[in-house]
Amino acid sequence: MPITHPAQKFPPPDHGCDVLQVRDLHFAYPDGHAALLGVSLKMCEGDKAALVGPNGAGKSTLMLHLNGILEGRGEIEVGGLRLTRDNLPVIRSMVGLVFQNPDDQLFSPTVFEDVAFGPLHMGLPEAEVRARVDEALAAVRMSAYADRLSHHLSVGEKKRIAIATVLSMRPSLLVLDEPSAGLDPRARRTLIHLLRDLPITMLVSTHDMALVKELFPRTIIMDEGMIVADGLTREILEDASLLEAHGLEKV
Amino acid sequence: MLISPTPLHIPEVYLSLPVALVCWIITALTLSVAIRRTNQSLGERQIPLMGIMAAFIFAAQMINFPTGVGVSGHLLGGVLAAILLGPWSAMLVMTAVIAVQGLLFQDGGLTSMGANILNMGLLTAAIGYGFYRAALGRGRMTKLIFAGLAAWLSVEAGALATSLELWLSGSARLQVVTIAMLAVHAVIGLGEAAITVAALGFLMRTRPDLVDESSASTQGGRGWIVAGLLVTVATLFLAPFASANPDGLERVALDLGIVPAHPATNLPAPLANYAIPALGNTPISTVVAGAIGLVIVTILIILAGRALRKPQS
Amino acid sequence: MHSNLFDRYHDKQSFLHHLDPRVKVVLTVAFIVSNVLLTDGAWLAFACAWSLILIANLLSQLGWSFTLRRSFIALPFALAALSSLFEPGGPALSSFMFLGAKFTITYFGLLRFSSILIRSWLSVQAAILLVAVTPFPDLLHALEHLRVPKIITTIIAFLYRYLFVLTDEVLRLMRARQARSAAAPGQRSGGSVMWRANVTGNMVGQLFLRSYERSDRIYNAMLARGYAGQIRTLHAHTLTRRDWWFGALAIALILSLQLIGR
Repeated sequence: MPITHPAQKFPPPDHGCDVLQVRDLHFAYPDGHAALLGVSLKMCEGDKAALVGPNGAGKSTLMLHLNGILEGRGEIEVGGLRLTRDNLPVIRSMVGLVFQNPDDQLFSPTVFEDVAFGPLHMGLPEAEVRARVDEALAAVRMSAYADRLSHHLSVGEKKRIAIATVLSMRPSLLVLDEPSAGLDPRARRTLIHLLRDLPITMLVSTHDMALVKELFPRTIIMDEGMIVADGLTREILEDASLLEAHGLEKV
Repeated sequence: MLISPTPLHIPEVYLSLPVALVCWIITALTLSVAIRRTNQSLGERQIPLMGIMAAFIFAAQMINFPTGVGVSGHLLGGVLAAILLGPWSAMLVMTAVIAVQGLLFQDGGLTSMGANILNMGLLTAAIGYGFYRAALGRGRMTKLIFAGLAAWLSVEAGALATSLELWLSGSARLQVVTIAMLAVHAVIGLGEAAITVAALGFLMRTRPDLVDESSASTQGGRGWIVAGLLVTVATLFLAPFASANPDGLERVALDLGIVPAHPATNLPAPLANYAIPALGNTPISTVVAGAIGLVIVTILIILAGRALRKPQS
Repeated sequence: MHSNLFDRYHDKQSFLHHLDPRVKVVLTVAFIVSNVLLTDGAWLAFACAWSLILIANLLSQLGWSFTLRRSFIALPFALAALSSLFEPGGPALSSFMFLGAKFTITYFGLLRFSSILIRSWLSVQAAILLVAVTPFPDLLHALEHLRVPKIITTIIAFLYRYLFVLTDEVLRLMRARQARSAAAPGQRSGGSVMWRANVTGNMVGQLFLRSYERSDRIYNAMLARGYAGQIRTLHAHTLTRRDWWFGALAIALILSLQLIGR
């Protein structure tokens, strides 16, 4: 059933924001499946945006482009720096990508080592590494867990550690893929507090519309490889027909 | 490329039929023992486990890291499998991995699969478990050191075996191929050792119960140390001969008729003027005699393992 | 996203697809063994073998160049056989010095080396075609019929089943590592080789734990569905007359290769 996509209903704010600039991004998988059909996006400092849309819309695909794991056609700039193959390592210190499954990201025996991986890879001196680990763990309220074995933590705890592993690189943009999926109400509440207090620019993909309403002033709707809406959350979440057209439910 | 052929997976045709057959015989015999021992001690509940472990080894071989010299290091896993699963299960698991690599991805041939299993699955498991068993009862550090040594050695042993098989097939000159293989794999072996030790260390910290479980006396006792030692000694003994002083080995092989004096060829008519001494195929009987000898040695090792096994308490 | 990398089977309704898998396995092995037995420089036999491969490609409806395009996978291993070029005997073709030693490429050496390459190249195409026209479960079943011990084929069956799952996990693990493999501008990054190896080892250990713990759940699920130690397959393979005739014909052709090669 073909879905007609109107041009972006709410034009993005144009303040010369340069935390993230994506221009006309196209991407097709090796098997031919076209996942991104011209995505353009801007993020300003302090923005907290939710990325919503049905499964298969291209949300994860888009996120994987932001730190160069996937390479498509189009332009991506992070903090004014153009994303090219050569400067990927630097880009990765600026864009912190947290995947949906925390188990994929915790591969060191202890929490400390996992959170220290980023700074260590960056070649920072030991004192600096330690400082950053403490800082990151404090930001996710898990300072007491430094010497724990990652393997033995609960899902909620793992998710917060996963965020810490990225925070220790001090990125300018935090990109989260389904952070509240699989969390019980208490863990979810802790996560909400955490995200609310983090002063970092954020792009978060989620199905959790209540989370969107509570935390994110800006909502971006993606469907079938394109951005179909981008604007204020309170306006978008009132538009029932728009939500329904793209597989979302009014909350 | 997601799956890259490692230097040890021998493709079709590089091994002559006699060499391939002998390797197949050794492999088949060893595996039949492995099957019987696995059935005895573990029962059929373990088959799903071994299948998943095989998938684990296959997947783990894909994880790599940049060495900084243009190649990436990654794991073969025979020693790790032997330590974690016990020697016989490890042999079956590595066989499954090598079989799938050969069948599905043509990473290693079908006729040469016997040799590939021997080089990468059987030798590595024997060395791995032999060394680890020798470290039983000692501290963690000792175990890790032994594991690292075993891992490095297992790669060298596999490389040496490959070189010898290629030489005996007439596909390579003994000295050149041995030096090349041993040198390259000395470096690759470092990667194997590092990853094996790190993985083992990780598991010792997170689930020490899993690591101790597999080295129980049910899996066979000091016989494995003997087996591991024998393979090690053979490797250490043959390697310098093959690489530095090949004439001795080549002389012996020539006398036994194992290696053809000259490659058998189909000469086009104009070159028939050149006098070529006896061409002819390798004397099958001598090769069979050698194979029987190897089989006897293998059986002896296995019997020794059984005899030295600690009695069940 | 899902990797189709492990699907070597191409679904068609060709003559070869319908052939009994046992026949296909036997013929593939026979062809490869024939190549192993062919002597150096048996160019006519090589050419005939190549034509057999082409015919097989066409019979499979996959296009004449199907196996050709995929046949260069084993090429890197040729390096190991490079030294056969220097096999003594016969006229010398060219010499050079390397690391203080003199190396001479001889006629026999060249003949041997090129023959190995060509025969290997022919053989790998037969293997490629085999898995392209035979679904893997059927292949395993055929191996069982051909007396491969059931425990081994069962382990392989489980390997195949969980291959996709585990390699997916590995891909995600590596991706997550990649995402945090950052560099501070103007600073040398990457850590030491030993550290990177250590991280790799940790990932391997992680993967092991997940696999091990998964196996319990899988076993329980199988018990719940009545597993009692046997893997049952759906296909009952029976040999038809067509299988016999084609098999006999193919064996005859392969034997004739040996005669041509003398």
